[in-house]
Amino acid sequence: MRLQVSTRLAIFAVLELAAREGSQLSVAEIGEKYGVSSHHLAKVMHVLGRAGLVRSVRGAGGGYQFAGNARRMTLLDVAQLFEDLNSVEQGAADATREEQTLSDVLGEIDDIARATLGSITIATMRKLVDRRAAAGSRNAEAGSSRRKGAPLRPVR
Amino acid sequence: MRYEFLSVGSGDAGKMQELTEINSAVRVRRVRAADISHVIALDTRVTKIAKAEYWNDIFRRYGKQRNSERFFLVAEGRAEGAGPGFLGFIIGEVRAWEFGSSPCGWVFALSVEPKARLHGIGSALLEAISAEFRKAGVGKMRTMVARDGRLPLLFFRSEGMIAGPYIQLEKDLD
Ligand SMILES: CC(C)(COP(=O)(O)OP(=O)(O)OC[C@H]1O[C@@H](n2cnc3c(N)ncnc32)[C@H](O)[C@@H]1OP(=O)(O)O)[C@@H](O)C(=O)NCCC(=O)NCCS
Repeated sequence: MRLQVSTRLAIFAVLELAAREGSQLSVAEIGEKYGVSSHHLAKVMHVLGRAGLVRSVRGAGGGYQFAGNARRMTLLDVAQLFEDLNSVEQGAADATREEQTLSDVLGEIDDIARATLGSITIATMRKLVDRRAAAGSRNAEAGSSRRKGAPLRPVR
Repeated sequence: MRYEFLSVGSGDAGKMQELTEINSAVRVRRVRAADISHVIALDTRVTKIAKAEYWNDIFRRYGKQRNSERFFLVAEGRAEGAGPGFLGFIIGEVRAWEFGSSPCGWVFALSVEPKARLHGIGSALLEAISAEFRKAGVGKMRTMVARDGRLPLLFFRSEGMIAGPYIQLEKDLD
């Protein structure tokens, strides 16, 4: 499954902020970690703010704070702000049987994707990230150093 | 408040061993005949389908036989706020070579009293059965959850369970 760059950024930003509940991070700080422009990230943060997942803090040292419950907010809650995660439309009335059958097959995939995103809370993600760190996974190490500063692409 | 897990009494259902307690409000132990009415009542309230015969049969098969690989465990409250009394149950067994899989632990039932939820009891039950599976020599635990079963999915995910390597398939038999 591919997620749009904005969705991935939103998930990473929420994870960063949730890990520091009560304190705040500036758009630039988050952007630096993931190698993205503040301009793009600012738009993403605005959407998250409007949905009440984060709250903006004004003044010097301003930025964003996590505003939800990390044990209840799921990846689906974040992703659906940026993606259309509804099942592929049932073929229109005049769709061929082949089109309808293909819709059914793709619908199965969408259902599983939604159930998966909806079952993983920010807290569960955090645990998975920490476990990866604890395992000292070479993969993760290589991945994060490679990613640092590199543009975020919509990879799998 | 969260409850600490404490060890499950070993031995068969008729011969319960005293349990070690670790300063806890809840204990997890093997099922006894007297628990079955609570299991039936809880399941009926949660699923809205009364199936006494099924549970009595499960008790005969999982509560009394082959106790080294079949585990029917019950959580019981001991402190104010938590109970005292029956709080929930979990059932599982070691299965080998089904679908070509090497031996693993299967959890096929888990339920916690609605009033006692979100206090770590489900977690304690899962931890207890994991310990039993480990003792039985298996290194993998599996379960199956309805795709729209948000609550159990959230629960099992938070316990670190991930999608397994099998895909469940079905067909209408006409
Ligand atoms: C699923 C079930 C067994 C969980 O029992 P429980 O005692 O409430 O679970 P716990 O308190 O140990 O919860 C452990 C974690 O699961 C997750 N979780 C449990 N209930 C949740 C809920 N309503 N919303 C979001 N996450 C939840 C949380 O991450 C929780 O940890 P936290 O409290 O630190 O956030 C219980 O809700 C239940 O009996 N449900 C109905 C029956 C059922 O669906 N059985 C499973 C299929 S056989």
